[in-house]
This record gives sequence, structure tokens and C-alpha cells, in this order.
Amino acid sequence: MQWKTADYAGWGRVHKAHGELARPERAADLARIMEDTPAPALGMRRSYNDSLLNDGGRAIDMTRMDKILSFDAATGVVEVEAGVQLGELLRLFAPKGWLPAVVPGTGFPTVGGAIAHDIHGKNHHALGSFGQHVTSVTLLQPGGKRVTASPGRNKALFRATMGGIGQTGVILSAKLQMISTPGTGMRVKETRVGDFDEFLDLLDNSRFDYNVGWIDGTAKGSNLGRGILEEAELTTGVEARKGPSLPVPIDLPGFALSAPTVRLFNAAYWRKVPARGRTHVMPIASHVFPLDKLHDWNRLYGKRGFHQFQCVVPVDAAPVLKDIVGRIAHSGLCSPLAVIKRMGPGRAGMLSFPMEGYTLAIDFPARDKAVRLIHELEAMTIEAGGRLYLGKDALATGDTIKAMYPEWQDWAAEAARADPDGVLITDMVRRLELRG
Amino acid sequence: MTQTWIILGATSSMARAYAREMAEAGATLVLAARDIDEARRMVPDLTARGAAEASAMRFDARDPSTFGPIVDRVEAEPGEINVAVFVGSMPSQAEIDADPGLIERVTLDNFTGPAQFLARVMPVMEARASGTVVGVSSVAGDRGRIGNYVYGAAKAGFSTYLSGLRNRLTRAGGHVVTVKPGFTDTSMTWGVEGMFLVASPEKVARDIARAVKKRRNVIYTPGFWWVIMTIIKLVPERIFKKLSI
Ligand SMILES: Cc1cc2nc3c(=O)[nH]c(=O)nc-3n(C[C@H](O)[C@H](O)[C@H](O)COP(=O)(O)OP(=O)(O)OC[C@H]3O[C@@H](n4cnc5c(N)ncnc54)[C@H](O)[C@@H]3O)c2cc1C
Ligand SMILES: NC(=O)c1ccc[n+]([C@@H]2O[C@H](COP(=O)([O-])OP(=O)(O)OC[C@H]3O[C@@H](n4cnc5c(N)ncnc54)[C@H](OP(=O)(O)O)[C@@H]3O)[C@@H](O)[C@H]2O)c1
Repeated sequence: MQWKTADYAGWGRVHKAHGELARPERAADLARIMEDTPAPALGMRRSYNDSLLNDGGRAIDMTRMDKILSFDAATGVVEVEAGVQLGELLRLFAPKGWLPAVVPGTGFPTVGGAIAHDIHGKNHHALGSFGQHVTSVTLLQPGGKRVTASPGRNKALFRATMGGIGQTGVILSAKLQMISTPGTGMRVKETRVGDFDEFLDLLDNSRFDYNVGWIDGTAKGSNLGRGILEEAELTTGVEARKGPSLPVPIDLPGFALSAPTVRLFNAAYWRKVPARGRTHVMPIASHVFPLDKLHDWNRLYGKRGFHQFQCVVPVDAAPVLKDIVGRIAHSGLCSPLAVIKRMGPGRAGMLSFPMEGYTLAIDFPARDKAVRLIHELEAMTIEAGGRLYLGKDALATGDTIKAMYPEWQDWAAEAARADPDGVLITDMVRRLELRG
Repeated sequence: MTQTWIILGATSSMARAYAREMAEAGATLVLAARDIDEARRMVPDLTARGAAEASAMRFDARDPSTFGPIVDRVEAEPGEINVAVFVGSMPSQAEIDADPGLIERVTLDNFTGPAQFLARVMPVMEARASGTVVGVSSVAGDRGRIGNYVYGAAKAGFSTYLSGLRNRLTRAGGHVVTVKPGFTDTSMTWGVEGMFLVASPEKVARDIARAVKKRRNVIYTPGFWWVIMTIIKLVPERIFKKLSI
């Protein structure tokens, strides 16, 4: 049975889809599907929004296309099928001295998903985005055509595919240049940060390869923007252990993440780091994938789901970012998950998110008040000359996004060439009218 | 000691997960499959995961001429020879009713084909006085049900065969593990209605690896299927014949 009718959703569980899913396990099966009944792909559904949905239509679940096709221990180049998870690559190759150059805040995303959103990690300021470490990618396009693109060959197609939200074809496989690591551990330094200005100052001057800030989105006044800075570097000395992951068995009721609970939690969390700071050594995955031990933690937000607002603003727009943090603190709607990071200029594609500046990512339970707030934050992001992340945004309009991504028309032209009949169009592409 | 695993039906979802477990343990793998192209694609994946060596060979349970070359190939390997049987097919009962000739093919795929292959490797394993046979049967073989009784009968036959084989191989110093998976999320069951308590192929593979290590005789995987099947087996036939579970 090739197609199965299913209800599915992104990580935020606000947008949902009902449609038919295939889950090929072999290259030949995938090729046949793309020839006869082409459809958009989806990975581990870790995008928060509708970028992976095709409501009322078909989609191809790529998670079983997860083989390693070649690995060169001398150069660290690995070729993989697109459904392999980044955490799995880390687990397999870190003991051999290599790891994916860029990993997001969770190990579950697939290589296909990482390319489709040209994802960034805690080392973006140092190494850029995921697509900058892809040396070639093989696509299956509607009708069954197989095309390979790289930074040197089929250049425009390559730039339309990195961050290209799956619209240039289903990614069958990719070659990745991994980075070398002295071992399987990370030395992590935590520093308490008193307020917003101090935060930016510390982020600007951090000398570590990996850094990220947790921000207390409930703190106001002189505490506005306080938090914890985590700076890390790869090291030897600890073994990665395969620990059990704990499921979240039920959808929590709405009050579990209400304002008073979050305020208490955040204050306690902030204090857990001593004023003088502290340093630990831990397995790489424990630092880069902090929440992966808690499976399905999106259920903490209850049935109605949640939104993540993520923007990036240029360095000189820091004052607007401070206003954004202030606006969030006054709304009383923030959840404990709020993250700030310094980004470098690295980006690999026409629709890539990163720009040199600061990125802020904050979760909000999906309530009318939060939706109104997010629209305000979008307007402030536009004012700052920044942009929203297509892996997270679930609420913006096409005009807003197009203004933030000046290359979108070039991208749309490449997508139209690859998929003239629009069979790869997803719910997000429809919502934002990105394919014209 | 080096261990070699012949994986019959190597391209199955469950087999792939098991082959990965064995690769991480450093085994030599012989991937015996009907879809030889896909089996070849598995080779670099398994070597990257730590297999001492991996190779693909054609195997069709319905074509005994494919058996000999595999047996010859492993005879040349030193050390312990092991076999894991994942081959199986499960057409719907409606398809079988429409084409009763399928009964023979289902029996060949799930029972008599693999059994004929095993008969040929047995002397090699006995001569080396070691090695394990893993036979993947099914909870469906524990009782004949209206929706699935031809497949169930083939698996029941295979389970009984494995029990006899264990009796034989134990004397020679080897071992046989009978594996009865419950519903597992594989290509066989994708889109099949009425599934519940579905396990991942990785979970099943880990359970099998543990059972091999501990020399278990018969396992249900996940373990709670033992409880479910014990209850189902206790239902008296005069009641069971009216149920549609
Ligand atoms: C806890 C958490 C932390 C995160 N942290 C970060 C972070 O730090 N940085 C960051 O950048 N992102 C982060 N993300 C977002 C995540 O990395 C991206 O959304 C990623 O795209 C998810 O990959 P996926 O395999 O789940 O793909 P999905 O979400 O299933 O799909 C995403 C997109 O990829 C396309 N796609 C998937 N596979 C293919 C394929 N084979 N061929 C063509 N198109 C394909 C889909 O059509 C869709 O458009 C985080 C997400 C979570 C849940
Ligand atoms: N999934 C479940 O819920 C479940 C539950 C209990 C038991 N099982 C058993 O588990 C085993 C593995 O199945 P699976 O779930 O992983 O499904 P699967 O992916 O469909 O695996 C079945 C495999 O058997 C192979 N096969 C069938 N007939 C063959 C033949 N004549 N010669 C050679 N190979 C043949 C298939 O080869 P091709 O690749 O060439 O098609 C396929 O690789 C089967 O024995 C199945 O009966 C499954």
C-alpha cells in the first residue's frame, strides 16, 4: 500500500493537514513515485509551521530514505540520503573525528529538511549556514528527472535549493563536508547576564565557536533582557551515552505554561548559574540538542499548539531588538524558551534566513493575544530591516515575506523551471504566494 | 571471534535495522535479497556503521538455485556463521481468496523457502559447533484469525519448524531464536488499517540482538505481546470462532 491517508502537522501543531502520505524505503520506489505521482517531501516535521504540509494533497515522507552512501575518513566528506537525521550523523561520526558542520537545536531534523531551510546552528557566526557545507545535491524532479547541482554546476538551481523549501525537487541525496573534532565532548561555559545591553556586548565579543543566549522573556525594567550566555567548544574527554528519552505522555492543560509559572521558572533558571559563572564538560549532543531527552515536548503546550517567533535584525538595529524584547516582556505571554544569538553573514541560497546581526527566537502558546503580539513584532522586524524565518513563521502574509527576501523572484523562476505544474507546492508556499 | 551474519530478506525494514545493529557490533554481513540493487546500496551504509565487511547476494525464497552460492560464500568465511530470516509476505486475505494460488507463494516466502535454505546451511553451522539462527515469525502464527489465517498458518508452520531446528542445533552447540513481532511500522504495514501499539523496526532489532546475546528461545517483541497473545490463546474455540479480532 503506497499511499496512506493521515492527519499530520508541523512541530507547533497550529497548522494541520489531512492528506495522503507515501513513505518510500528504497531509491527505486521514490523514483517511481516522482515519475507517476510527484509530490512535495517532508522530513521529521520539526519545522514549526506549514512548510511541510500539503493539505488535501499528497506528500512524501523521506524519513526511511536514510542511508549513508559513502564516507571518506580522510576528508570528512559524507554522502547521504536526504532522510538521515543530523543527530545520527553526529552519533556515528564524532567518534571518528568528524561532525556535521552545522546542527540546529535538535538532533531530529533530516538532511533534506536542513537543506530546505538552510538551517543555522550555535556556530553560525563562525561557520555560516548548513548549505554552505553542502558540496552537491541530487534532486528528483516531477516526471522523474534526476539532476545534480553544486556551487560550481547548475549554480542557480543550487542556490534555489539551499533554503528552497523543497520547491526545486525532492532531495534524494547530498554530499556534506563535515568538520573535524578532537573528540566527542564539549566544554561549555555559562555566564549570568544582567541585561540586554550586556548581552549584546558579550555576544559580540565571544571568542568561542559555539554560542547562544537564553533570555528571560519575563524580566522587565533594569532586568530587561537578562539571561544566561552559553559559550562552547569541542573537546575530548567524554563518551556520548545512549540514554533513554522520556516521552511527554499527554497534552498538558493550558495553565501549565501560564505567566506566573513561567516567571517563577525563569527566575529560578537564571539563578541556577552562579554569579561568577561555571564550566562543564559534556557530550556534544547534550549541549547542542538540549531538549531531545524529552520526546514530543511540543505537547507541553496543549492541544492548541504554539508559535515560535524568530527574526534576525542587522547589527545597527539593536535598539529595535531591545524594543522587541521589551514589548514581549510587557505582554506577559512569553514561554521559557527564548533564545538570542549573534549571526554572521553566511547564507547559501536565495531564500536563506541568516544575515549579519542578532536573531531572537521565542515560543508563544497559540492564543489570540499572542497572534496579535506576533503581528506587532513582525512590523517591528520590518522597521529594523530584518527578516522572519521560514522554518518557524506561521502567520505572516506574502507581502511581508517577499519584502524581506529580495531574491524571491529569482527563486520563484528556478522553482517554476524545476516544477512547471506546481505539484511541489506546499501550504506555506500557498499562504505566502511565493510561487506567484 | 569474527561473526558472520547472513541476512535473508535484507532489504526488509526490520532487517535493515537489524543489519545496522550487527554492523555496529563489527560483524561481517551477507545481505541476501531479491532486490539486489537496494541490497548493494546498503553496503556503504553498513560499513560506515562499523561492519567488518558487507556484501550483497541475490536470494529468492521461491528460487532454490539462489541458495547454493550464498552457502558457498559463507563457508569461505572463518569463525561463527549466523543466519537471520526476515523474508515474508502478507497479501490481504481478500487477495488470497481471489487467487488461491497465493497460498502456496505465501507459504514459500514465509516458511518453506527459508526452511530449505536453512537445511543447506545447517551442516556448516553444525560443523563449526556454533552460531545462531534468528527466525522472524509473527504473533499472527499463534492463532488463526479471520483476516489473516493463510499468513498466520505459514508463520505457525515456521515457528514449529524453528522449534524443531532449535532441538537439532542445540545439540551441535548452536542456537535458534524464534522472534514473534507484534505490529511493526514497516513497509509491509504502511497504510494497513486497524494497527495499534505499533513498534519501530529499531526497537524490534534491539530486542532481537538482546535475545541472541542472552540465548533466549522464543521472544515476543515488544514484550507486552506475550501478555496479549497468552490471553488470545486462552479464549475457547467456541467463543473465538465468533470473534473478528
Ligand atoms: C527544538 C527545535 C530546535 C530547532 N533549532 C533550530 C536551529 O537552531 N536552527 C535552525 O535553523 N532551525 C532550527 N529548528 C528548525 C528545524 O531545524 C528546521 O525546521 C528543519 O527544516 C527541520 O527538518 P525536518 O527534517 O524536520 O523537515 P520538515 O520540517 O519535515 O520539512 C521542512 C521543509 O523541508 C522540506 N523537505 C524535507 N525533506 C526534504 C527533501 N528530502 N527534499 C526536499 N525538501 C524536503 C519540506 O518540504 C519542508 O519545506 C529547530 C526545530 C526544533 C523543533
Ligand atoms: N510489520 C509487521 O507488523 C510484522 C509483524 C510480525 C512479523 N513480521 C515479519 O517480519 C518480517 C520482516 O517484514 P517487514 O515488516 O520488515 O516488512 P517488509 O519490509 O515488507 O519485509 C519483507 C521482506 O521479505 C522479502 N521477501 C518476500 N518474499 C521474498 C522472496 N520470495 N524472496 C526473497 N525475499 C522475499 C521482501 O523482499 P523485497 O524487498 O524483494 O520485496 C522484503 O524485503 C517478515 O517475515 C514479516 O512477516 C512483520
